[in-house]
Amino acid sequence: MSSITHPNPYASWETRGFWEGAGRDQLVLQKCTTCGLVQHRPRGVCAHCLDSRGLEHFVASGRGLIYSYTVTEQNQAKGFVEACPYIMAYVTLDEGPRLLTVIVDCEPDSVGIGMSVIAGFASQERDDGELFAIPVFRLS
Amino acid sequence: MSTAEFPTGVAIAGVYEHPSRFSPNKTEFQIMAECAKGALDDAGLAREDVDGLFGASMSMGMMGIVDLAEYLDMRPDYLDGTNIGGSSFVSHVTHAAAAIHAGLCSTALVLYGSTAASNAMAIGTGGTGGSKNPDTAFSAPYGMTTVGSYAMYANLHMNKYGTTSEQLAEIAVTMRQHAGLNPLAKMRTPITIDDVLESRMISRPLHLLDCCIISDGGGAVVVTSLERAKNLKTKPVHLLGCGEAVQHQGVGDSDLLTIAAKQSSLTAMKMAGIKHSDIDFAMVYDSFTITVLATLENLGFCEPGEGGDFVSNGGIGLGGQLPVNPDGGGLSSNHPGMRGIFLVIEAVKQLRGECGDRQVASAEIAIAHGTGGTIGDKHSGATLVLGADR
Repeated sequence: MSSITHPNPYASWETRGFWEGAGRDQLVLQKCTTCGLVQHRPRGVCAHCLDSRGLEHFVASGRGLIYSYTVTEQNQAKGFVEACPYIMAYVTLDEGPRLLTVIVDCEPDSVGIGMSVIAGFASQERDDGELFAIPVFRLS
Repeated sequence: MSTAEFPTGVAIAGVYEHPSRFSPNKTEFQIMAECAKGALDDAGLAREDVDGLFGASMSMGMMGIVDLAEYLDMRPDYLDGTNIGGSSFVSHVTHAAAAIHAGLCSTALVLYGSTAASNAMAIGTGGTGGSKNPDTAFSAPYGMTTVGSYAMYANLHMNKYGTTSEQLAEIAVTMRQHAGLNPLAKMRTPITIDDVLESRMISRPLHLLDCCIISDGGGAVVVTSLERAKNLKTKPVHLLGCGEAVQHQGVGDSDLLTIAAKQSSLTAMKMAGIKHSDIDFAMVYDSFTITVLATLENLGFCEPGEGGDFVSNGGIGLGGQLPVNPDGGGLSSNHPGMRGIFLVIEAVKQLRGECGDRQVASAEIAIAHGTGGTIGDKHSGATLVLGADR
């Protein structure tokens, strides 16, 4: 669904829930059951409690609004140089946190700040048996 | 060792900007060493007088400041290799002042050198590095670039306030006018707003000429007590206030348009006890045109959303309401990757009245603000308020 060859994500035990969830076509976020904080990017602790004990993963709606974006016309990085122009964006998820992503399957001129988007998942070819994917978004 | 009042008992006694913009046969440390000599000569000090060493560069790693001390054969009493991006050297001046105040050292040398241009580094459009680096694990898979981050800031600002590409372009045009008055500047041929708008799009809405140049270069600053500086060769420049801050995505809920400059400048200006109207000119990190607009708003020179009008009609040119970067800035004079030291150097030269054709009239108080990292993602900010010797 994207002409981008996304670099494989680095997943530690702190962050693999996000990439693993995407591999199941789910947008997974973290919530602290102690203080209620929903956080992204994922961490090994609730950033406010500084404690891991209340931290849980949950499946988010995958829906949000474009907070800002840019049509990238030049990026020399592998996987992106051939994909220019591509749309990089911040999406504010319905659950609260903002997430960096790309908007796919649309013309650059059709994108605008405030538009509704929904998550999709770009699968990854890996050599280690993990089933990670990259959450990307399209206009909804 | 006597201690100095903070911050007003501390001064900048010497500065040096490396004249080269392309040094294919020199190393970073070689450029830093040449700058050290230049700044010590400017102050009328010798290498033996230096007991505090501060430095950062694009390639200095964990032990970088130790490597630098060895290269210079120096054994200072105080070391600081803080690297918070391009603002590092503005921060080093603050840290040096604190160390001098505490009596931990008496004369500090702040150094920077870079061969970014001769290394053909793609600073703005090279991507954020490997996705296996935990720091970039959530940006590299999405094609984050330095310019892309700033472009998202710019797009949000335009959407919220109606800021235009023409207004951003005027910042580039003004910087180029200033560069034309600076014999050392790399890009001195005048440009127009149309030139900026017709230049290649890099990351919408930022064009090629909205982006800083890439050069080699380096600089040095000597910080010491005001008491000592008064007896040296060159007029001291007084440290009146300083502040640092950091801004980032937090847990995904920060306001992108509020940058570190807001927090660090509040600290610095309160310390200095000055109002915006007391400031004669500003040195602002200009990695991109939008950086200048964002910084001026967050420094409080205008309200959020009014930056476009503020920079228009020569507003930040020499003779404007607030001259910004009379040296031509990173957009036209030099940008070796971490430009913060040049903000301090040009502020000092202006406050000493040495700037010839580009001299700001009756320059008595300056603000210098460095941004390190990217305002559309995470960044540091460091502010200095500096005053002329009266």
